[in-house]
Amino acid sequence: MQEFLQYFFSGITNGAIYAVIAIGFSMLYRSTDLINFAHGEFVMIGALTMVTLTMTLHVPVVPAFLITVFGVAILGLVFERLAIRTVSRPEPIVLIIITVGASIFLRGLAMLIWGKDSHTMPPFTAHQPLDIAGARLLTQSIWIVLIAIMVAACLHFFYKRTLTGKAMHACAINKQAAWLVGIPSKLMTLLAFGLSTGMGAVAGIIIAPITMPAYDMGSMLGLKGFCAAMLGGLGSLWGSVLGGFLLGILEALGVGFVSSGLKDATAFLLLLLVLYFRPGGIISAVKVKRF
Amino acid sequence: MLRIRNLKCFYGQIMAVKGISLSVKEGEIITLIGANGSGKSTLMEAVSGILPSWTGEILFEGKNLKGMDPPAVVKSGISLVPEGRLIFPPMSVHDNLILGAYTMLKKKAREEVRETMETVTDLFPILKERFEQPAGTLSGGEQQMLAIGRALMARPRLLLLDEPSMGLAPLIVEKIMGVLETLRSKGLTILIVEQNAQAALSVADRGYVFETGSVVLEGAADELLADKNVKRAYLGKDYEEFDDENR
Repeated sequence: MQEFLQYFFSGITNGAIYAVIAIGFSMLYRSTDLINFAHGEFVMIGALTMVTLTMTLHVPVVPAFLITVFGVAILGLVFERLAIRTVSRPEPIVLIIITVGASIFLRGLAMLIWGKDSHTMPPFTAHQPLDIAGARLLTQSIWIVLIAIMVAACLHFFYKRTLTGKAMHACAINKQAAWLVGIPSKLMTLLAFGLSTGMGAVAGIIIAPITMPAYDMGSMLGLKGFCAAMLGGLGSLWGSVLGGFLLGILEALGVGFVSSGLKDATAFLLLLLVLYFRPGGIISAVKVKRF
Repeated sequence: MLRIRNLKCFYGQIMAVKGISLSVKEGEIITLIGANGSGKSTLMEAVSGILPSWTGEILFEGKNLKGMDPPAVVKSGISLVPEGRLIFPPMSVHDNLILGAYTMLKKKAREEVRETMETVTDLFPILKERFEQPAGTLSGGEQQMLAIGRALMARPRLLLLDEPSMGLAPLIVEKIMGVLETLRSKGLTILIVEQNAQAALSVADRGYVFETGSVVLEGAADELLADKNVKRAYLGKDYEEFDDENR
């Protein structure tokens, strides 16, 4: 039981991070039909910026958090403006290849800025780990789960209650119709990019104290987040949250009870199963199409 | 109010509208009739701003619409009820209507939006009953009413309708045409594109008959209704019937 609990705790911690990354994928996909394979790099940039701000520049955690999220969101806007909107024939496959290219570019850039070494930062608050039935729960894990749930709740509120959120949703349902109604759909695409990359930064920030962030952490996290989004239902907010936690927990249990070599395989095995049996994800938000 | 001069619309190399001129005066209901592919809908796309590749002149209240995107056109006072309705099915009826008022709400005209919402729900009481229901659960006729309501939320002075009768039962079509007459009596100017020429001409003041990208006939609605060529081609009377009548 103690063992199970320990794995479970580490599972929900990772799961919460996957969930936030998955939300980033989903939100962008929902408004633009685009999968941003550079998303993981924004997670990495978020983590490393946070490390630099808190460790080198000694900015307190809360302002550093906000600066990082806004900074990365603005980087996302620049990315959309320079790399995505300028494409003359914006077909999905072309755009996806561009995001793959951008991912390599951003990783290289980060290597130049932050070097090849891993960095460290302390947890947000310095408390002793809690002891629950013999299993240890890090306070950072509590922060991670709380922040992930808060982010999801804020987004839910944004989509259901605010005019801009509804307008973004409308663009996702039918871009042409939204445009005709008077919604500036290009602005909404831009906003979706900012929101999505901002989410990526949040994931990077909360994960920074429990991993050792380095320039090459983005690809694996991005892929895991993508798997989580596919698992839960690409395009669905709560589907992404569910997919994230499910992936995190299954991964941790797989490592604990089967073999530690299974850690990364779990995600891709699940992805294959989902694609075979339920291509729309557990909560399917969008019609499945091939291209 | 709306004046179109020598309008040519292009899809790539193909010219879909070949130099059309027409005018809509304030308070009129004008209908454009014609078969599939005759260029009626293309003209609507050009006016509403979705299709940027056109030459000629589209003047609305004296202002040229060249280079305007759909949000700018909506702001200047023209709303389109698109072909196939294009409502937002998973969103509630209320949210669909609110999004119609997007440009108004961005101007912070909350009071006007509330008033317009009341006008629209008075016009279509069924929408009030279905207020919180997802729009996709409405019947075809109700969805058409919602699409018209959504367009009205932007407080247009000119309302464009592209095939409002498509896929609807004759009784519902009659009802919708009735609503358009009511709207006209309140001062709205209306331009309808229709394949259902009978229904459209029954409420219109004037009509233009389109054929392969050009206007082949124009005139008062009752004249067009009586015109034997229009009858044969667009009112669904076949040759035998047509011959009987003219014997």
